[in-house]
Amino acid sequence: MEDYFKILSEDVRIKDNLTACINCGVCTAICPAAEYYEYEPRTIVVTVQSGDNQKIKELLESDTIWYCGQCMSCKTRCPRQNCPGMIISALRYLSQKTGLFVKSKKGRQQIYIKNSVGKNILEIGYCMHPSRINPDEHPEQGPVWEWIYQNREEFYASLGANYEKDGAGTLRKIPNGVLDEIKSIFEVTGGIELLENIEKYSRIKAQELGYKNGEFDKYINDVIEE
Amino acid sequence: MENYTKIKWSDYNKEIPDDHYFYLRSCIRQTFFPGSENVFIDILRNILKKDIYDEAKQTTCTGIGYHSDIVTLDTIQTVIARQFALMTEKGYENVVISCVTSFGIYNETMHIWQHHPEQEEKIREYLRKATGREFKKPVSMSHSSDVIYKFRDEIAKRMKYPLVDKKTGEPLKIVDHIGCHYAKIFPETGIGGAEFPKVLTGIIKSWGGQIVDYPERRHCCGFGFRQYIIKGSRGYSLTNSKKKFDSMEPYEPDAIVCNCPGCAMFMDKWQYVIYETQGKKYSKTGNGIPVLTYEELAALVLGYDPWKIGLQMHQVDVTPLLDKMGIEYDKEYYIEQRKKLAIV
Repeated sequence: MEDYFKILSEDVRIKDNLTACINCGVCTAICPAAEYYEYEPRTIVVTVQSGDNQKIKELLESDTIWYCGQCMSCKTRCPRQNCPGMIISALRYLSQKTGLFVKSKKGRQQIYIKNSVGKNILEIGYCMHPSRINPDEHPEQGPVWEWIYQNREEFYASLGANYEKDGAGTLRKIPNGVLDEIKSIFEVTGGIELLENIEKYSRIKAQELGYKNGEFDKYINDVIEE
Repeated sequence: MENYTKIKWSDYNKEIPDDHYFYLRSCIRQTFFPGSENVFIDILRNILKKDIYDEAKQTTCTGIGYHSDIVTLDTIQTVIARQFALMTEKGYENVVISCVTSFGIYNETMHIWQHHPEQEEKIREYLRKATGREFKKPVSMSHSSDVIYKFRDEIAKRMKYPLVDKKTGEPLKIVDHIGCHYAKIFPETGIGGAEFPKVLTGIIKSWGGQIVDYPERRHCCGFGFRQYIIKGSRGYSLTNSKKKFDSMEPYEPDAIVCNCPGCAMFMDKWQYVIYETQGKKYSKTGNGIPVLTYEELAALVLGYDPWKIGLQMHQVDVTPLLDKMGIEYDKEYYIEQRKKLAIV
């Protein structure tokens, strides 16, 4: 078995945010995810701290690590100044690197985030952008958003934005040369490798689950409904 | 307790530069509150006569991607290093950050570099290899709400509409909601820290309003990054916002003010969802509690036209607040728009 504990111990987020957890449970008391899901950041920290690779592997394959909302409220109140939310980030990274994320329902949903937020970053230089928030996917945004979405060029310009135009300003077009720099950063720093890993393991999982060639989009639609 | 609070407060009173800012924009604020970023620059340049640089070559910090785990820590640090390189090339050293998610990750990056110098060297090498750029670290990093806080009394001197009910003369009751990543990760980077944040309460008090203290004041709005991005888990986000609304309702707030653009958007939109699904309204007038960004609040007290700063983008009706403040605005335009969209 891989020495998951050793790999995690080399992650700067573990080095900085896991110092002898005293198991007090304050992180769980303050955690918004612990109120909503069957979830305890305390047990995750204790599991990682134990160094038990079998238990860590089970964590990497589980839905549990995907319940955290990354608010980091746990950091503020921890008497040891630990940050379970950042320990979660390290676990999620390792789960995707090793391909174990596709073993859990929540983990499998990462392909959708890669194909939405990931594409936005690399294609237009924004994590989110009005043109990519389709009201059909976002009924919670209400009729005002639908109206803005349909009239976005005119509407944003009326508020002084430089909408999808060259130069500085709100919602300006990010020039191709700049997007090339961002893509290059992703290539050099392992960002592209992570995205390709998510794609690769998701395609293998789709095959395993019986999806045929050409049905990968259906797989993605199905996993976000799970 | 009072003495204890004062001691803690003195630990979290950070220095905010007086001038010459390099502005770093927010994906969420530009999308949902484009008027806020425009009016922030306008207030600084044309009212306070400050120098603020708006760089065309800046990009997303990738923070939403990082916290939803499809961007690596090395990648986001290098993207941030590139923003620092742009700042360095333009001769600036004070960054002002519009987004609270970005503010958190910029602080995390600086923290990592301080405690692990080898990480900083690695990122410098990555940036060099990827873009050929070099950078100096900023001398200061402020959130844009810090800057409004710094100049709150100067804005108060020019105020046209204070945060007072024009009819009764009573101060308006305002809820302050601080984005989690503003100070919960690194309390020393926020004014007042995480437990006693002053950044918005200082602004509200200076402009004549009254602070609402309620049990779930420090609870997260519920964004949750992947929890919201994945449609099936948006209940996480809604549930956390609802917990806050239920907790603040008995205090009958006139408005909610947020320093995080994500929080402002969610607290506006989830009130709409609760109203549509349960018929529940959290206010006696309008269709909920109006939610504003601090830039919008500053613009209103200074007398900007509400429709030129984008308040018509809000799902919750903002006019009850405008009427209480005695603001003159084009009512017909708003009524027509809401009728067209069939909003009660």
